[in-house]
Amino acid sequence: MSNIPAELKYTHSHEWVSVEVDGSMRVGISDHAQEALGDLVFIELPAEGDQLEQGDACAVVESVKAASDIYSPITGVVVAVNEDLADDPGIVNSDPYGDGWLFAVNPSDESELDGLLDAEAYGETLEE
Amino acid sequence: MARRTPHFDTHVAAGAKMVEFGGWEMPISYGSQLEEHHQVRSAAGIFDISHMTIVDLSGDRVREFLSRLLANDVEKLQQPGKALYSCMLNERGGVVDDLITYFVDQRLFRMVVNAATREKDLEWIRRHAGAFGVVVHEHLELAMIAVQGPTAREAVLGVLPPEAAEQAAALPRFFAVQLGDLFVARTGYTGEDGFEICLPDAAAQSLWDRLVAAGVRPCGLGARDTLRLEAGMNLYGQDMDEDVSPFESALGWTVAMDGERQFIGRAALERQRAAGVPRKLVGLVLEARGVLRTGQRVVTAAGDGAVTSGSFSPTLQRAIGLARVPAEAAGECQVEIRGKLLTARFVRPPFVRNGRACEGIL
Repeated sequence: MSNIPAELKYTHSHEWVSVEVDGSMRVGISDHAQEALGDLVFIELPAEGDQLEQGDACAVVESVKAASDIYSPITGVVVAVNEDLADDPGIVNSDPYGDGWLFAVNPSDESELDGLLDAEAYGETLEE
Repeated sequence: MARRTPHFDTHVAAGAKMVEFGGWEMPISYGSQLEEHHQVRSAAGIFDISHMTIVDLSGDRVREFLSRLLANDVEKLQQPGKALYSCMLNERGGVVDDLITYFVDQRLFRMVVNAATREKDLEWIRRHAGAFGVVVHEHLELAMIAVQGPTAREAVLGVLPPEAAEQAAALPRFFAVQLGDLFVARTGYTGEDGFEICLPDAAAQSLWDRLVAAGVRPCGLGARDTLRLEAGMNLYGQDMDEDVSPFESALGWTVAMDGERQFIGRAALERQRAAGVPRKLVGLVLEARGVLRTGQRVVTAAGDGAVTSGSFSPTLQRAIGLARVPAEAAGECQVEIRGKLLTARFVRPPFVRNGRACEGIL
C-alpha cells in the first residue's frame, strides 16, 4: 500500500503539490508513481523562470525502463528546482514527498489548488 | 492466458513485479532493478529463464541438418558438450532467431531459442528437419535457471552433490554437461561467469531455494536486459530481426562462409557482401546527460540511423546503447532525444566485462 500524505494535493497523473510558507508551491511525484516507475536514473527539470500552464509537460523522469512526462499541476513561474536530483535521481525513490521534490512554482491562480485531488480522492484513483 | 513457470508463486511471494513476456508471466524486478544489476556484477544473481524454449534435435543426419539450418558452422562442435552461438537465417539472409546449440552426441543436439519467437522457430525448424529425418522435440517439462556473477559458479557447486559438483567445476566456458536431472551449461547473457541450468519443472524450485539460501539473489528480466546490453549482446526483435542480416547486426563473426557449405540464407549474404553491406550495428555512449532508448534517431555525417537498444548503464552510470547506422558512419554522432540533438560517441561493444568498463568505453 503506498504512502499518501493527507496534507498534500494530487493529480490524476500522480504529481503532488504542497503549499510552502512563502506561498510558493512545491511539486513532486507520488510514492505510487515512484514505485511504478522503478529506479530513477535521470530527471530533466524545467528552468527557473519558466512560465508553466496547468497541465504542461514540464519535466521528465526516466527510470531504467522508461521515460515519463511530468505535468505541471498549477499555472505559474518556476522559482526553484531541486538541483540535488542531477547527481542522485534515486532520492525521488527513497523520499518522494521530502528531499525528492522536483520544482517549485509561484502560482498565478491559487484557486487551481481546489480543483486538485485530496489524499482520499487520490487514494481512490489508485484502487480503480 | 500467459504461462507460468514453476517459480511463479515464489516470485509473487517475493514481491516481484510480474509482466507478460513472450507468452509467459515473468518477474521484471523484485524491487530495485539497479540493485539486482549490481548484485550480478559484484556477487551472484539467479534468474528464472524458464520461458526460453528448449528443443532437442535427434537423428542420424542431425549434424547435416544443422549444417543447413545454421549460419554458424556446426562442424565447430566436435567435443561433446560444446556450445555454439548462431543465427538461423531466412532465404533473404534475415535473422529468424539467434540461439545456442549444444552438442550432446552424434545423434542428439540441444537448442535453446527465444521465447518470443517460439512458434515461428519451431515451425521453421520442423519445416526443414523433415528432409533430413530429424526429430524435433520441444521440452515443455523443463525449467531453466541462470546463475550469473563472479561468485555464481561457487554458489552452484556448493549446492550440487559432490560428484556432480566436481564435473560442473571442470566445465570449460561454453560447454555443457548432463548431471542426472540437470543439464548444466557454462553460458549466460550477462557478461559474467556462471551457469545456465535446464532441469525438470518438478526439481526446479528446490534448486532455486537452495541457491537463494546460499545467498544468491533473485533478479528479474529488467536487470537481465541492462546486463546483456552492457555485455554488448544483441536482443532478438530489437537489435535484429527477419529484415536485417547478421552483417548489419554486428554478428558477422557468427557466420561461417569459408568453404562451400550451403546454409539457408547464404546466397543472400553473398549478394549483400558483394553489393556492400549498407548498415552496421554499433555501440553508443551518450556524452550528454539523458537516457538512450530504442527508436531514437541517430544523426551521423553519413546519414541517419536509429537506436535499437538503449538504457542507462548501472555499472558505467551513463547512457549506453546499440544503434544501426550507415556503414560509413564513424566517430561522433548526435542522438535526438525529445527534440534535442545530444552528442554521442561510437564505441565497440562490449561496454562491460567482468564487472568493469571495457577499454575505450569511458
